Amino acid sequence: MAKLNMVQALNLAMKQEMEKNDNVVILGEDVGVDGGVFRVTDKLFDQFGEKRVMDTPLAESGIVGVAIGMAVYGMRPVCEIQFSGFSYYIFHQLEAHAARLRHRSQGRYQVPLVVRTPYGGGVRALEHHSESREAYFAHTPGLKMVIPSGPRNARALLLSAIRDPDPVIFFEPKALYRAFREEVPDEEETMPLGVPQLAREGKDVTVVAYGAMMFPVMEAADELQEKHGVEIEVIDLLTISPLDDELIVASVKKTGRAVVVHEAPRSFGPGAEIMARLVEKAFYYLETPIKRVTGYDIVFPLAARETAYMPNTQKVVGAVLQTLES
Amino acid sequence: MPRKEIELPYRIEYLSILDADGNVDKELEPDMPDDLLLKLFKAMLAGRRFDERMLHLQRQGRIGTFPPIKGQEASQLGAVAALEAADWMVPAFRETLAEIWRGKPMENFLLYYAGYDEGSKVEDDRNDLPISVPVGSQMLHAVGIAMAMKYKAQPQVAMTFFGDGATSEGDFHEALNFAGVFQAPVVFVCQNNQWAISIPRAKQTHSKTLAQKAVAHDIPGIQVDGNDVLAVYSAAREAVERARKGDGPTLIECFTYRMSLHTTADDPKKYRSEEEVKEWEKRDPISRFAAYLKTKKLLTDEAVEKLEAEIAKEVQDVVDQAEQLMKEEVDPADMFHHIFAELPPTLVEQREEMLRDSSLGKKEVDHG
Ligand SMILES: Cc1ncc(C[n+]2csc(CCOP(=O)(O)OP(=O)(O)O)c2C)c(N)n1
Ligand SMILES: [Mg+2]
Repeated sequence: MAKLNMVQALNLAMKQEMEKNDNVVILGEDVGVDGGVFRVTDKLFDQFGEKRVMDTPLAESGIVGVAIGMAVYGMRPVCEIQFSGFSYYIFHQLEAHAARLRHRSQGRYQVPLVVRTPYGGGVRALEHHSESREAYFAHTPGLKMVIPSGPRNARALLLSAIRDPDPVIFFEPKALYRAFREEVPDEEETMPLGVPQLAREGKDVTVVAYGAMMFPVMEAADELQEKHGVEIEVIDLLTISPLDDELIVASVKKTGRAVVVHEAPRSFGPGAEIMARLVEKAFYYLETPIKRVTGYDIVFPLAARETAYMPNTQKVVGAVLQTLES
Repeated sequence: MPRKEIELPYRIEYLSILDADGNVDKELEPDMPDDLLLKLFKAMLAGRRFDERMLHLQRQGRIGTFPPIKGQEASQLGAVAALEAADWMVPAFRETLAEIWRGKPMENFLLYYAGYDEGSKVEDDRNDLPISVPVGSQMLHAVGIAMAMKYKAQPQVAMTFFGDGATSEGDFHEALNFAGVFQAPVVFVCQNNQWAISIPRAKQTHSKTLAQKAVAHDIPGIQVDGNDVLAVYSAAREAVERARKGDGPTLIECFTYRMSLHTTADDPKKYRSEEEVKEWEKRDPISRFAAYLKTKKLLTDEAVEKLEAEIAKEVQDVVDQAEQLMKEEVDPADMFHHIFAELPPTLVEQREEMLRDSSLGKKEVDHG
């Protein structure tokens, strides 16, 4: 057991799996000598060499395109895309091929690649460095989309993603990279993909969130309890797609109220899907309308207006209290 | 059925006019008016000082992350100096000095890097695109602009900038190909500063030069000493004239060096040696240009001193002005500006909600 931040925990997952399985290789821009711009691949180059930790040319479509070839051949490539704002270059390779080759070859091939990429706001960054556009990827059949929320689950989920037989895009909440540390066991630990987790039990309102938004949500949970005597039940999605709604539906059947939180733009975002599932499967249990606390449907503003853009603890508290009003 | 060499229309040349000490090749020396030479010198020096000041401001936390330009003054200015005001310039993100030359107010850089979207406004009288952060994506826009110029029979030229790393993106090759196929009046200016963050030029492509990428598209390509403002200007002027005459695109590789950090978030010590940087310091574009101008009796040490004082004041004024603008209250609702020509009802609703929520936050803080 060591207390690790998320950067170190992700690094540990790759290091251990690379020690175990020489089919696992890393590809990306600045992942080698530099150890990645966020240092997530730090020292892996020293340990495994340039054959397994490949500093690639600056070409995202190229990185994922060749990773598809490697994966089809039997390897387990882990690609780093420096910021999710640059992942649109890879979208075509993921959508047209990675997510379809299993089907197109009628089961002959699989594409077990992982794309890791930092996403999300709150870090006062330049344009294209703050967005949360998980919906693009979650909307792609055949592609799994995972977003951890802390060092321990980041490590376990990344390990599972590398071992998963299907392509996984793994969004890393960069605002949490160094935000806090957690005990992470030395021995390997995995977590099943596609299974949300109960992050806090409560009886009054169900709050669904993931990634960096777990932070304000858990803060809101404390505040709601202390100041308002409201107990929220918090569900951490962890896997955005394929979405498993069992836990969410069961929780809302119990509480009758729900709030969904994400920093991605509101319209057609993951929140819309969760609300749709609740309307389909728990409609008669709903006491009040479901609320969303999300980013707005606009270009992510630069630092001066970022705070006003981002969902925060107060916005979550406000939304929860609103669901209790009627 | 022989096996023989295929002749290609272009070979790759290298051009250098001023050496590192400022000695000029008389045969290649371009014919440039004295006032242009002096204007270029002042701009280069101002660019260097402004960059230094920005780095200082960033280290003090007064602005955020930005990409320094140190070392690339000549390869930016030599290129844009060949453009007319009515031409179009399509930058990447490190062309601060080229943008200033084109008329972008210096305070806008400070606003932008301090996190104010207003800083990237393109003034109404300037035909340039704003910066483009996604590497390699903007060259196609320049080609499209050039195709439109040709379509509308305008005597204009588009010039686009990008780095050595950008030549690895597929879009770069598509841009060259379109430019060749449509013989668009576009000039591609590659700022080969030897590094793409931590990746050295040699790992970016197996080819010997970046200029030779033009060969595959049968368009002229040339590598120039990017720290030699006369060479960059000569190559750019030739390319701009070619484009304006209707003879199509050119690829110019400016062989230069990123003397500073990739951005202020970067630590080059992790991947490159101090010796390499020292070597390139000897080839500084500004000192050699100063030596040349002094030999030509266009510049004296006293004149440089005077210029330095002028620039220092100018930069200080810019900083004061920008900080004044930053102090004026930021209306968060402005983030809903310029999303669409007209704000749709759903965004009007979201804007109301945002204002309600942020005032709610404020009140709580006030009572706090
Ligand atoms: C599509 C894309 N991928 C990655 C990045 C992150 N990034 C920013 S600059 C840069 C290196 C660019 O190198 P180069 O083209 O040589 O330009 P330079 O920074 O040297 O001016 C990278 C990888 C980006 N901005 N866009
Ligand atoms: Mg470069």
